[in-house]
Amino acid sequence: MIVGERKPFSEILSMVERYSKILIIGCGSCVTVCMAGGEEEVKLLASQLRIALRKNNRDVEVAEAMALRQCDDEYMNDPVLLDRVRAADIVISMACGVGVQHATTFFNRVISDKPIKVVPALNTTFMGANVDVGIWEERCVGCGNCVLEKTGGICPITMCAKSLLNGPCGGSSNGKCEVDKDKDCAWHLIVERLKALGELDRIKEVEPYKDWRPSHHGGPRRIVREDMRI
Amino acid sequence: MKSGSNLERLLERGEFVVTGELGPPKGPDGEAVREKARMLKGNVDAVNITDNQTAIVRMSSIAACKILIDEGLEPNMQMVARDRNRIAMMSDIFGASALGIRNMLCLSGDHQTFGNHPEAKNVFDIDSIQMIHMVKTMRDEHKVICGEEIEGDLKMFIGAACNPFADPAWYRPLRLAKKVEAGVDFIQTQCIFDMKRFREFMKQVVDMGLHEKCKILAGVTPLKSVGMARYMANNVSGIIIPEEIIERLKGAGKNNAANEGIKMLCEQMQELREMEGIAGIHLMAIEWEHKVGEIMETAGFLPRPKA
Repeated sequence: MIVGERKPFSEILSMVERYSKILIIGCGSCVTVCMAGGEEEVKLLASQLRIALRKNNRDVEVAEAMALRQCDDEYMNDPVLLDRVRAADIVISMACGVGVQHATTFFNRVISDKPIKVVPALNTTFMGANVDVGIWEERCVGCGNCVLEKTGGICPITMCAKSLLNGPCGGSSNGKCEVDKDKDCAWHLIVERLKALGELDRIKEVEPYKDWRPSHHGGPRRIVREDMRI
Repeated sequence: MKSGSNLERLLERGEFVVTGELGPPKGPDGEAVREKARMLKGNVDAVNITDNQTAIVRMSSIAACKILIDEGLEPNMQMVARDRNRIAMMSDIFGASALGIRNMLCLSGDHQTFGNHPEAKNVFDIDSIQMIHMVKTMRDEHKVICGEEIEGDLKMFIGAACNPFADPAWYRPLRLAKKVEAGVDFIQTQCIFDMKRFREFMKQVVDMGLHEKCKILAGVTPLKSVGMARYMANNVSGIIIPEEIIERLKGAGKNNAANEGIKMLCEQMQELREMEGIAGIHLMAIEWEHKVGEIMETAGFLPRPKA
């Protein structure tokens, strides 16, 4: 899932304090699961904003809403939601960066009588897994050319601090990465896994230079599925 | 001859070589490089010039290498994968060759979080093993990575590092084998203090015949004090210092620890000279360049052979 983390309150406040009608929209997918931008978090942020803004005796309205997926037209094209967006001076999106941008594009496409400003309440941190209660860890950088079959199901591009493709660097010590002793050395895990699988030969050859074109090195990537187009 | 460098000639002739190391200054002062170079001249066969080591901004390796050449020394240009993509690397290698640089060391590079700009973005477009392959392709096939022909000849003796003390220990000879397969000509190891573990590592290397496919230079460093030994053991990744070494330094007393460190180093250099598969020594006397002459003299490694 996409994992996000709420921005510090002071930063969110500074984005919206000059407005009177604020609408907060939570997202019901990834960021709900990682407890950063779901219904509960919308309620909490709304309360904090009301207290902070009303302290200055301002007549401020903070409304709350949810969309199941802010990254999909289907879940945003709700007349009730659109009316509330139209009524607001500013929209705070509690979705990931994808949701914030999609909301901006979508609202400005369907609402033609005024420009809509959407600001982010989260920092989108990574694509990761929930590895323990309250702990999320990155697992994929979306390089566009998956090598997991070769590396025992452990991604060297994401999990190695240097994204090395040909084995552990000289800083691997007791299974830990030299950059952070709390983090496992990805290549230590990979070679041990391959050894256990009897597949060490898979990494005997020099891994060729990576083609970074499918990765994020040339503007936004795009997939067109002709079989799905109407 | 692949490069015609002094280092290559001496190794080919079977001489037991010694390389030194010089860290460029944190600024544009060429005189600082010349000063250190003069201390090393005649005492070692080639000198590694570090490339922003520990990710701290310093004078570029290429520029410092050129200063060394002008001073009559032979440089070994270090290049890390951290700061350059393949385009910049190949371009810099052409430039280095044009300036007369004939040896280079292909490294991953210390992560930027260790340095003075931890907020910087790293590159790691290719890794150290791919870098070896890249330079070999440029030299032997006259081609850049994309397959286009190079104009003119690239002369370069290709080196890489190896840390026998990193984990998993069993994988380290296999990683060295991969560097050999990529086309490395010589290897310089991480600082060795734990001779027992190094001996075990070298036994595997010799059994695999890797010492016949590349020249292995054993990395050594003089210990100046008990404090330095403890600091290195605790803070420098991939360094193991056995307790008996620290005890011996302690036993020498505070005022005599540095001399004892040099004495131990000279004994170690003698021991390495006799070890099967070792073709030379890489002496890293960090900020102790003025002691290199004394160390080499005491160890019985002077005068250096003519190339």
